[in-house]
Amino acid sequence: MSLVLDVMLALAVIGVAGWTLLVRGNFPAVIGFVAYGLLLALVWVRLGAVDVALTEAALGAGATGVLLLFAVVRLRGGKAEIDAATPSPPQRVAAAILCGVVGLGLAVAMLNLPDPAPSLAAEATRHLPLLGVGNPITGVLMAYRGLDTLLEAVVLVFAVLAIWSMAPDRRWGAIPGPLFPVQSSGPLSLLARVLPPIGIVVGIHIAWVGADAPGGKFQGGTILAAMGILAWVAGLWRLPPVASRGLRWAVVAGPLVFIGVGLLGFVIADGFLSYPPGFAKPLILLIEAAMTLSVAAAIVLMVAGPPERPA
Amino acid sequence: MNLFLTLFSGAAITAGVAFFIAGTVALLRFPDPLSRLHALTKADSLGLGLIVLGLLPWAGGWLAALKLILVWLLVLLAGATATQMIAEHIRRSEPPP
Repeated sequence: MSLVLDVMLALAVIGVAGWTLLVRGNFPAVIGFVAYGLLLALVWVRLGAVDVALTEAALGAGATGVLLLFAVVRLRGGKAEIDAATPSPPQRVAAAILCGVVGLGLAVAMLNLPDPAPSLAAEATRHLPLLGVGNPITGVLMAYRGLDTLLEAVVLVFAVLAIWSMAPDRRWGAIPGPLFPVQSSGPLSLLARVLPPIGIVVGIHIAWVGADAPGGKFQGGTILAAMGILAWVAGLWRLPPVASRGLRWAVVAGPLVFIGVGLLGFVIADGFLSYPPGFAKPLILLIEAAMTLSVAAAIVLMVAGPPERPA
Repeated sequence: MNLFLTLFSGAAITAGVAFFIAGTVALLRFPDPLSRLHALTKADSLGLGLIVLGLLPWAGGWLAALKLILVWLLVLLAGATATQMIAEHIRRSEPPP
């Protein structure tokens, strides 16, 4: 029975992926991409990787989908820009062959894994009590492979900088993104007033339980960002100008705390990003809290785009 | 008692799935956007509600059951809002003949 479900799910993922690639028109393609991300999240649940599923649903389908939708709206009428950025047929064929070969290689490698496949899962779980966290994924992300996560965190700051640097000189320091009219009544106004209190609690909860259950800063931060975007689109919250010190601190707080705790490791533990025994959990929670804020701020700013309205 | 719960869940989930299938068929077959929206919201609100109802006895604790109900309520809120907004857009862009 579960095999039938898995095969149907796999076929649906491949079918939606193919449809997304082949469909004419940017808007349906984005909708296809979001559906593909949500189906992929179900695949991760079937594989028992609930953390990855949450990330795929929140960031892969949700945040990326919104980014692409904004891009589609901004590109309306910009035929010259779209033509200039569209790859030629030979380039597309080359990309298709490359993706096909990589996909095939991965499939062959997966099918030829020895049984049982080599795994560090037992090792990762064995050392968890030292860290004081219950979720092995968090152990890997924050302790065993903390450096990778630090680099991911820093990438967010660079992404925001790259988007801001698209602004024309005279708009530097201005308010990012388009201006949405205030919705004083209607369905969007209701949703933007009712949902954020619930969403903020859920976002903080998901970031908090990440220590012991599936969740964490990226998933929780994305939900917080979604609440901000909802209030902004409904005209109920004005984004601060990019010159705002508070906004800039919000974006860099997470990576700064992460690097700070990492450097502290030289003094109080064995080196960069190492935690002193018995004190790992509070430090991990400190980083996660600051990172949740920065992830939320960075995603809102990525969706809003470059500064374009005078403050 | 257990048999009764199983039958109850089976009936509720089957009814929910039936709403989803009917909604999907209607989405594909109905002629205009407004009636397609109408069909879609039935699947979302009633279909999901029935499936959640069927899953409640097996949630394993009242906290998980409350979470299931919360998920249903949030889907109701989001679905109704999106539907209203799409319908409003359609009404504005295509005045009725």
